[in-house]
Amino acid sequence: MDSQFIIPFVKSVQNVFETMLQMPVQTGQPTLKTSPAPGYDVSGIIGMVGDVEGAVVLSFPTATAERVVSIFTGMSIDVKHEDFADAVGELVNMISGGAKAQFTGKSVSISCPSVIIGGDHTVFGRKDLVCISIPCTSDCGEFAVEVALRANDLAPVASS
Amino acid sequence: MKIMLVDDSKTMRNIQKSVLTQLGYNDVLEATDGLDALSKVGAYEPDLILLDWNMPNMDGLTFVKQYRARGGKAAIVMVTTEAEKSRVVEAIKAGVNNYVVKPFTPEVLGSRITETLQRMTAA
Repeated sequence: MDSQFIIPFVKSVQNVFETMLQMPVQTGQPTLKTSPAPGYDVSGIIGMVGDVEGAVVLSFPTATAERVVSIFTGMSIDVKHEDFADAVGELVNMISGGAKAQFTGKSVSISCPSVIIGGDHTVFGRKDLVCISIPCTSDCGEFAVEVALRANDLAPVASS
Repeated sequence: MKIMLVDDSKTMRNIQKSVLTQLGYNDVLEATDGLDALSKVGAYEPDLILLDWNMPNMDGLTFVKQYRARGGKAAIVMVTTEAEKSRVVEAIKAGVNNYVVKPFTPEVLGSRITETLQRMTAA
């Protein structure tokens, strides 16, 4: 996968956390995820279609997600709270939206987010897409943004 | 001042509602998507609508087109992750009055709301 799809996610995750949580995020070296394997306990997932297609997963350990969501919402929220998944979904929505805005000249639509909660789950993406995991560190703990995207050469050329 | 808040995320509705409360606006009606908003907007007759773009059932842009086609006069501020210039232009052409890109600070959202209401008063 071209790095043109990774750098926007690095910038966007930092921008979302800085703006909505007033919390800096440090990102590590992106790594290739060679086969589907369990990530963390909580996964927010968004699909992309258009000139760029694939999926984005925001993945947290439960304790990290609970800290992040509590700061984001301004309330103490644990994983069993009815608003927990909504908040995780909105975070991956903002991160994906901010990233796609940096795909210069590309017309891309994003789906409504889905959230999976439960230890040891595996998110299976499309087999024909390479998945890159961006490790992230924050005051709330470690988490990851997983990006599996490709340019869609078959997409119709967007009109002006 | 009556304000309708349309977003499928309860988290985002709560955050925006908190900003509205800080600005002194307490008459707020929530809707969870464009279809829900269309069903409520006639009876509520808001002065201002804060509107998400990507929502299930009916997205924000479709809501704007249908609301304006029915003669809806409320000022609309789109609050969305859709940050591309082409999307902003599309929204403005459809009848959106102002635009806030998520993520936003309370200060930015507050200033756009105030600015939009001032424009309404001046018009």
